[in-house]
Amino acid sequence: MRDFLVGHYFYWFIFLLMTIGLAGIILKRNLIKKVIGMSILQVAIILFFVASASKWDATVPILDPALGAADVTKYINPLPHCLMLTAIVVGVATSGVAFALIIMIWRRFRTLDENELLEKLKHDPD
Amino acid sequence: MRRNENNPIIDLISSLVAPFIMLFGLYVIFHGHYSPGGGFQGGTLLAASVILLRLSLGSELGQSQFPRRLGTPLASLGVLIYYGTGLAALILGGAFLNYGFIPFSALAPLRRSWGILSVEIGVGLAVMAVLVAIYDDLLEGEPDA
Amino acid sequence: MKAANVLVLVAFCGLLIYAATGFPNRGDALSVTNRESSPAGTPNAPTHYIRRAKEEAHTDNMVTAILADYRGYDTLGEETVILTAGLICYLLLRRERSGHEKE
Repeated sequence: MRDFLVGHYFYWFIFLLMTIGLAGIILKRNLIKKVIGMSILQVAIILFFVASASKWDATVPILDPALGAADVTKYINPLPHCLMLTAIVVGVATSGVAFALIIMIWRRFRTLDENELLEKLKHDPD
Repeated sequence: MRRNENNPIIDLISSLVAPFIMLFGLYVIFHGHYSPGGGFQGGTLLAASVILLRLSLGSELGQSQFPRRLGTPLASLGVLIYYGTGLAALILGGAFLNYGFIPFSALAPLRRSWGILSVEIGVGLAVMAVLVAIYDDLLEGEPDA
Repeated sequence: MKAANVLVLVAFCGLLIYAATGFPNRGDALSVTNRESSPAGTPNAPTHYIRRAKEEAHTDNMVTAILADYRGYDTLGEETVILTAGLICYLLLRRERSGHEKE
């Protein structure tokens, strides 16, 4: 039981973070807050991948001449780190695109509230 | 970025710190084979040093360090370096992105090492230019931007 | 409407936590993704990277070797995505400004 708790509690925090991000996307009506929620959700997923790569008593995936390369359990799993490394920078770029779209919406409709936007779209279908 | 007042401390310290951040970014890119680092991290550090000066000195003075019009061409150049490395391997007889066929060096593993370095330079250039360009574009049309 | 949304969120969190009971412990070197060989008996991909990165690519940092060499196509795609994001920002925001100048 103790092993289960020690090995699993971080999953619960990551899923809580994921739920907070999703709540930002679903419950908040301001578009900026939706983007913030999206970023929180993304960070939670990155944390999930990085945490799944860890091994007890292992070191960073950089070859240490004293350790050698034969024993795989001496190095943590390098593959999720590689995948998440690119995901972080792509996340920054995509949130830049999201902010650009928000700026365009603001310039045209002068509001960022979801309900007001839907109303204005109904009256102005162009 | 809007500036309300001239604060000499912020101006001086950011001007002093920015070159060292840029140097550290170059170190992270070029030493990525032997220590934590690589093109993505180093490119982000380079972009951070450029954006720090734009935040502290105002975008107008920041232009003299890294002009706004350079953003998109440098990003394209970085992606072209990546594709060019792959195409060079293709032309010299290997598969696309198989660095073992590019004659950087005599030994095949060393050739791969140099190929990785070339690719990382491309990635770092593209990441830096795109992040600065996104910052500039988002501030486009603002007063004192 | 708001109550339904909160219910969806609570159900989402509960479902994920329930699913997590089947996950391996953190730091378990013998879990499916971290152990030396796959269920079919062949070496796992990370095993190959850790053992062979130095001799195949002459690079100590395995993450760099995977990023730029073993999975070069992946990084090529990511970099193209970054360039596309930069171009989208450029086209969206600068075309708007030049349009204003004409008016």
